Amino acid sequence: MGSAPASEAALSAGTPSAGSPSAGIPSAGASSSGASDGVYLASGVQTAVKLLIVGHFAVGKTTFVGALSEIRPLRTEEVMTQAGALVDDLAGTKDKTTTTVALDFGRLTLNDSLVLYLFGTPGQQRFTELWQDMTRGALGALVLADTRRLGQSFDVMGVLEELGLPYAVALNDFDDAPEHDLGEVREALDLLPETPLVRCDARDRISSTHALIALVEYLLTRNAGSADSSADDSADDSAGDGAGDSELEHA
Amino acid sequence: MRPYVVTDGRSHPTRNTLDLVTLLIAADDLPLTGLSPEKRALMELCRPGALSVAEVAGHLALPVSVTKVLIADLMDSGHIVTRAPIPSARPSETRILQEVLDGLRARL
Repeated sequence: MGSAPASEAALSAGTPSAGSPSAGIPSAGASSSGASDGVYLASGVQTAVKLLIVGHFAVGKTTFVGALSEIRPLRTEEVMTQAGALVDDLAGTKDKTTTTVALDFGRLTLNDSLVLYLFGTPGQQRFTELWQDMTRGALGALVLADTRRLGQSFDVMGVLEELGLPYAVALNDFDDAPEHDLGEVREALDLLPETPLVRCDARDRISSTHALIALVEYLLTRNAGSADSSADDSADDSAGDGAGDSELEHA
Repeated sequence: MRPYVVTDGRSHPTRNTLDLVTLLIAADDLPLTGLSPEKRALMELCRPGALSVAEVAGHLALPVSVTKVLIADLMDSGHIVTRAPIPSARPSETRILQEVLDGLRARL
């Protein structure tokens, strides 16, 4: 190991293209952030899609994203302005109308051209700008719930319903949580019959992947029949025919 | 440093087409001279490969709103381009969902 750090340091200091961000940048500056270590997207990636992982405080969103992400999960924040800020400004209570919401997120490269981002965020706040930005182009949401605090999930589901964003619910299995019958939970949460409800262990990659699969299967079911019924399930070899980026809104 | 210093006091980007998952590519043939330290850092972060807006914000430890202002400026100056869609090749949502599903199943 003796010489490797030195040569990396020399490389990043000498050539801008080596990719090490300048000093003072926290996370990416581990001196070896070249394209080969997974920080950057594969060169063929054309399309990025997002799913939201929502739920109340300490329900396991960060754990869930961390279990699935291929990159070290990142955190950023968004400063939100609440709708109606103008009125509040006139009342002289400007500070009350903004808040900072943390976004934890991770990334999964699903095939040569497609990458999925997972954004974990608390759902209680009704800060319109955040939700519009987060949900614009989002395929759907996974609501993480805790059987010990089911009531706290209502706000989250209410926001998603207002926004028209389809969702599935995953019960995060906490070790000390009492085992509940899924039917009872479904009733307690007042879920629609078609809304998927699954159990998961947010610490476990396979279990969390199953929860996402339940969500995406549901989204596909909703989509089938609407839009293009010509979507052929056998077209798995079509990755190379120029997928566009569905998230960009230039069209 | 307060965010409004980084953005010259602006809170909105010069364009509103940037999404959290818009993919960014740095032009590698433009000099970085004259750029603010934050824009220079953003360029140096992006030059080795593509990243999303959210990842850039996370790596730079800046709020998303501030990051978008910087990115929009760098797009105006030609330093950053987005991986733009080919309109005729935009995959349908059904197709995208099927690819997501296949990709997730392959991870089991």
